Amino acid sequence: MIATLAFYAFAAVLIGSAVMVVSSRNPVHSVLFLILAFFNAAALMLIAGAEFLAMILVIVYVGAVAVLFLFVVMMLDIDFVRLREGFQRYAPIGGAVGAVLFVELIFVLGAWRFASDAADLRINPTPGGSVSNTQAIGRILYTDYILLFQLAGLVLLVAMIGAIVLTLRARPGTKRQNIDAQVNRTGSVGLVQVPMGAGLREMGILRPPEPDAPKPIAAPADHGGHH
Amino acid sequence: MPQPTLLAGYFPILVFLGIAAGIAIAMVGGSILAARQKPDAEKLSTYECGFEPFDDTRRRFDVRFYLVAILFIIFDLEVAFLFPWAVSLGEIGWLGFLSMMGFLGVLTVGFIYEWRKGALDWE
Repeated sequence: MIATLAFYAFAAVLIGSAVMVVSSRNPVHSVLFLILAFFNAAALMLIAGAEFLAMILVIVYVGAVAVLFLFVVMMLDIDFVRLREGFQRYAPIGGAVGAVLFVELIFVLGAWRFASDAADLRINPTPGGSVSNTQAIGRILYTDYILLFQLAGLVLLVAMIGAIVLTLRARPGTKRQNIDAQVNRTGSVGLVQVPMGAGLREMGILRPPEPDAPKPIAAPADHGGHH
Repeated sequence: MPQPTLLAGYFPILVFLGIAAGIAIAMVGGSILAARQKPDAEKLSTYECGFEPFDDTRRRFDVRFYLVAILFIIFDLEVAFLFPWAVSLGEIGWLGFLSMMGFLGVLTVGFIYEWRKGALDWE
């Protein structure tokens, strides 16, 4: 009873925030509504019994992907007034693309059939007994689906290298520490035997040039005389 | 609604959600109902020579923040894969253990690459 109520509440908020993601004028608000949608989807997964997926959705999508979206939205420096300028001109093209997508969706939904065992699978998120959802995933992910698992690792590697190649560039102007080079530096510091008691000028040691005539500080003669 | 015990364990969180929503609504609603509302254009204008109260927040910042965020997500996902593996390590045997070691090895290659490349330095 409570679970059913919670399901409808979370589903309603999820759909509402998803609509706001698309229709919100400010893209930062869109991303924030997307985070709300992620939270509600996590709650729905929890109600369906997929405990681990719910937590991963919160950690990965809310904690990392949404932050990345915010970065991108803020980094793009978009002028929205200028963005909406060509709306009239591009409306037919956009409408045509939307119509094609809509027809494709109708085709997909028309040919939709549920798998024969889908109803049984839906109410069995775990193999039964005292096995938790996390354990059930762990039992098959690393052995039965080893190829997909390793491919996931390779995809992450490609993402890492791609991000570095695209965004990392050398900054020649900045000074950075290089401990090795700094410790091994030779030749720029010399040790000199100096005679005791000799003045610096006789020895030819360079100093900053002295001012020709040191100006005496002009002290007011009658200091505070006329009040 | 498959596992009543599982959902019963999460019931306190639902209660907390309800309390939090109630408090939030009470705060905002109370300030709307009880506080005096005197909107004035002067309240939203710049005070003497201060900065604008409403301004465009969209300004460019360094792409290195983005790089740090991407690298964070990748290692976040790597850690997420470790949890089910650790829970079920007793049942999946050597194949499961070595498959995770291979996964970690691939990502360690990427980690060494980004370290040598200087992507973790900030300067």
